[in-house]
Amino acid sequence: MSRKRVLGVKNLNVRYKTQKGPVHAVNDVTFDVFENEVFGIAGESGCGKSTLIRALMRLLPDSADVFANEIKLGEQDLRSLSDKHFREDVLWSKMSLVPQSAMNSLNPVYRVGDQIIEAIQAHTSDNKKTARNRAAELFDVVGLQPDLMDNYPHEYSGGMRQRAMIAMSLALDPGLIIMDEPTTGLDVLVQERILRRIREIRKEISSTIILITHDIAVISEMSDRIGVMYGGSLMEQAPAIDLFESPCHPYTLGLKNAFPSIRSKGQELISIPGSPPTLIGEGTGCPFAERCPFKVERCSKEFPTVEKLAEFHEVRCFRHDETPELRELASKKGTWLSLK
Amino acid sequence: MKEVSRHFEVKAGMVAKYFKGQPNRQIKAVESVNFSLEKNEVLGIAGESGCGKSTCCMMIAGLLQPSSGEIIYNDKGISQLNAEESHWYRSQVQMIFQDPYESLNPRFSVFDTVAEGPRALKLYPETEIADRTEEMLKSVGLSLEKYADRYPHELSGGERQRVGIASALVMEPSMVIADEPLSMLDVSIRAGILDLLKELATQRNFSCIYVSHDLSILGHIADRLMIMYLGQAMEIGPTWDVIENPKHPYTRALINAVPIPDPRVQRPIPNIKGDISRPIDPPPGCRFQKRCPHADQSCTENFITLQATSDNQHQAACHRLDSIQ
Repeated sequence: MSRKRVLGVKNLNVRYKTQKGPVHAVNDVTFDVFENEVFGIAGESGCGKSTLIRALMRLLPDSADVFANEIKLGEQDLRSLSDKHFREDVLWSKMSLVPQSAMNSLNPVYRVGDQIIEAIQAHTSDNKKTARNRAAELFDVVGLQPDLMDNYPHEYSGGMRQRAMIAMSLALDPGLIIMDEPTTGLDVLVQERILRRIREIRKEISSTIILITHDIAVISEMSDRIGVMYGGSLMEQAPAIDLFESPCHPYTLGLKNAFPSIRSKGQELISIPGSPPTLIGEGTGCPFAERCPFKVERCSKEFPTVEKLAEFHEVRCFRHDETPELRELASKKGTWLSLK
Repeated sequence: MKEVSRHFEVKAGMVAKYFKGQPNRQIKAVESVNFSLEKNEVLGIAGESGCGKSTCCMMIAGLLQPSSGEIIYNDKGISQLNAEESHWYRSQVQMIFQDPYESLNPRFSVFDTVAEGPRALKLYPETEIADRTEEMLKSVGLSLEKYADRYPHELSGGERQRVGIASALVMEPSMVIADEPLSMLDVSIRAGILDLLKELATQRNFSCIYVSHDLSILGHIADRLMIMYLGQAMEIGPTWDVIENPKHPYTRALINAVPIPDPRVQRPIPNIKGDISRPIDPPPGCRFQKRCPHADQSCTENFITLQATSDNQHQAACHRLDSIQ
């Protein structure tokens, strides 16, 4: 299976300078995104998923250092681009972002339609009329009435604003759209409709999406492949079905136990004791070691390397070849409680 | 007092709560809601934002007065309680708040936070307060040595929520109102807090009203489930009856909209029209009429409260219940 790679990231690191010392927010993250797929990145708060995205979009503050061996969008290495070139040639036209809290990302004193028209005109030679027609088209695509273009953001509901942001991200037909928690904070029926619309958009205009969320249910419904982040590292990545049927990393196993489903009556929920690491200072060992019921001596001393289990299934764990036994143990509540 | 705690029942009888907004306009946040809470029961209230679930909680906790109707606690209306009784009622009904980052006083240590309630109401002498606080902290999984002198900023989200639970339960309430207590917490620690609440509810014999927009979580904690929409109670019944066999068109849509953490499962598309309307000056009739695929004339004319279905435990507020099954 050879698919066209849209984005390739190799060994991406982000360090924040703080008074308490450097925060290793993203550690050695490597992943590829292929054409026409949804790559989901799941993780809890503070796991570095938003930092990762901001690093790709160059939205980090000056206190952050980013270094990577490769960040390739198509054939172009983004690292060599100046900020100005990145803004003019890549942002919006090749890669766009639907930011977290998209609800508050619209300018309150401009009409919503004008904000999209402005984005289009800034990047193309379209005149106002063509740009307006394009914006109306986009409104239609995301399921908003085009006559709402002349309204202001405060006249929109949360779901409508989110759709407007998605419309804006589609404006210049980018090859890659990054959505950071696109439905967090929305009511479940509104969320359902937006997710369905994103799926339809994918069918209509084929596009590649990176979807970031903490919601395991949303990510498993939407994604073709999923990466699981913890403590700044990508712990496991696999096709969605493989990750669901044969998870390998102890953290993935724990997450699966902890997430309730409306379809499983009588399901026993098991939480992972402890809390995520602070990531301050030079971390040694696996970031999950402290909460892992299967840790061995090595885990707190060395940072595990990425092991390839199948073509698209990679895991960062020393005990990856003992998976069947660990999976069995992880389904028992006692295994996790013993950590307390 | 023994008699009282054994004979426990809360009835929000025909509560209709009107908030006064602009002149001649009314936001009907909660309209003619009826339900009862039995002793040792966990009742889940679910609904989208603006459905009135938090308003219900605040009225039960005595933080808001109903515009009409009555909240009855142990056969006595809470608005009729005299000063002494309402003092007692306030210790009997405790709230656990949504945001553990904002509901704790940053200048109070963990110990003082938990001891504050009994101190304020002078429930016990100071030495006993100390003992009870210690015991309470232990039962929520926070050891006294390690946590008593810490301040909220030194705690993680999960630990803060444990403090919130401890400070509610130290009052030995007979009823706990939990308003989205997990929504600010990470997935991996939610189950732990949920288990803790369940365990303590059995140990300490309190009833619980658990409010959440997350039906998956309610499926795991609630014995019965009530669904609300724009101030109207739409359906109530044993939790899994409601989830697996919803009667009301709104409940059906809501349940079908909940994402499922399994990539192999395909959900049906929720059958619902349009967007949520505003609760200001709602038209007469069912609040859900505009979005309902089954609405007919009767739905636009008469408001409807919960009606018994074939199964007495399971009630729904729908004019067309018989014809849409």
